[in-house]
Amino acid sequence: MQEPVIKTEKLTKRFGDFVAANELSFEVYPGEIFGFLGANGAGKTTAMRMLCGLSVPSSGKAMVAGFDVSGDAEKIKKNVGYMSQKFSLYEDLTVMENIRFYAGIYGLSDKQIKEESEKLIAILGLENEVKKLVIDLPLGWRQKLAFSVALVHQPKIVFLDEPTGGVDPVTRRQFWDLIYIAADKGITVFVTTHYMDEAEYCDRVSIMVDGRIEALDSPRNLKQQFSAKSMDDVFYKLARGAKRNAE
Amino acid sequence: MNAVSLDKITKTYNKGKTVAVNEMSFSVDKSELFGLIGPDGAGKTSIFRVLTTLLLPDGGSAIVDGCDVVKGYKEIRARIGYMPGKFSLYQDLTIEENLNFFATLFNTTVKDNYDLIKEIYIQIEPFKTRRAGKLSGGMKQKLALCCALIHKPVVLFLDEPTTGVDAVSRKEFWDMLKRLKEQGITILVSTPYMDEATLCDRIALIQTGKILSIDTPADIVKAYSGKLYEVKSDTIHKLPADLRNYEDTLSCFAFGEYMHITFKNDKTDNSASLLNYLTEKGHSGLELKQIEPTIEDCFIKLLKQ
Repeated sequence: MQEPVIKTEKLTKRFGDFVAANELSFEVYPGEIFGFLGANGAGKTTAMRMLCGLSVPSSGKAMVAGFDVSGDAEKIKKNVGYMSQKFSLYEDLTVMENIRFYAGIYGLSDKQIKEESEKLIAILGLENEVKKLVIDLPLGWRQKLAFSVALVHQPKIVFLDEPTGGVDPVTRRQFWDLIYIAADKGITVFVTTHYMDEAEYCDRVSIMVDGRIEALDSPRNLKQQFSAKSMDDVFYKLARGAKRNAE
Repeated sequence: MNAVSLDKITKTYNKGKTVAVNEMSFSVDKSELFGLIGPDGAGKTSIFRVLTTLLLPDGGSAIVDGCDVVKGYKEIRARIGYMPGKFSLYQDLTIEENLNFFATLFNTTVKDNYDLIKEIYIQIEPFKTRRAGKLSGGMKQKLALCCALIHKPVVLFLDEPTTGVDAVSRKEFWDMLKRLKEQGITILVSTPYMDEATLCDRIALIQTGKILSIDTPADIVKAYSGKLYEVKSDTIHKLPADLRNYEDTLSCFAFGEYMHITFKNDKTDNSASLLNYLTEKGHSGLELKQIEPTIEDCFIKLLKQ
């Protein structure tokens, strides 16, 4: 068995009396596509912020890419990529400026930046768009560029927070092709989504309800366990009982 | 008379360089639940802003509840409810204060129209002294709907009310819309979630400012030409590439654990030869059967035409 790239033990975050993430224990392996699902307010964002080294756990432990989230947060940031639907690229910078900006922040040398940006632009077929402002690119291209930029420093793990929200059905599927390619290269993909068909594309899926992980397995096993036809059914059966969401 | 009708509405930005809505025409019947279905950038929000008189169109005309959107904007504003895509209530007012504020703006009281919002409001009433900025996503959504309804609008415009909302809350929200429709309110709702399309009476599938198709969900599905199959295999990661390389494949897209596939030549039965091909490629646990297309299948097909 491979060493896990994410390993949490009773990872907990409290805000006053409120337990946002409650004793989360799970492992994610290299090259795995791990779906991190939950209703609004279930605690997904809180958990993800801790794993990215942006928020210090109240108790429990988490190792990410070989580093402790409590002590080595800065090293974690260097070894993970992050992309969200809401914010990922600077719209008023050009394609090339965005790549250079992110690569620079992650500490790549000028030579590396030049090599990586040329590679990236060739793979995405954006040769004619390098001087265009990101705001002038179609949304689908922006998403693909954002994903590639999140990988520019060759992280071990990439966190994707609702990467496909609002994207058209064809582009949404092309985006998953990129996810598969990254996973085949051994990059771990940690992804949240509200599209339940996308949950089926993950190797394993966890479902959070009211701060706890209530289920964690492959989509196939989860469907069997909950006698459900689809992941949509599984999610509905679990999340319907959520108390926080009703609040 | 139609509740809403658009005649060649065009809306551009950047001095005409960006065409958000391109000569769009459609109409919505009274008490209809009508869905604008399309991805980001399709023009949904621009259409809503023209119809709610917040933006002037660059061309064409539109009528809402008998009034022209340009000349009759004052009348329209009094008669419609609008829930924008971005949460736009006062974050530092409480639930109760927001609701009273919007009722007062429209010269009415919460008491007068309480029946209309009762069912939704009782779900957030226990927290009525909480500030709107401190509410969860689901509660914000319910409060915004109450505020849009409190003056008993004739037409309700809901711009992506379920975006970013989890699957359970989305189902609840659509149940609420169905009950509002039963009370005679015309509802225009937009969504990027194709699975929500079947919950509307009629839908317009839109992309880059144009209508791809407009009809009842059932008739859009019926209009899908050609046969559609679903395929499943135990080695799901390998399946897309192998299907794309199959000589008779016209299109194939992932739909959850299945791939949906169409053939170039669908006059004859292709199942046996495809199954042979996939078995040779090392697939096991194969399933293949003809299926009814979903709205998402129809949208994908229309995009390619």
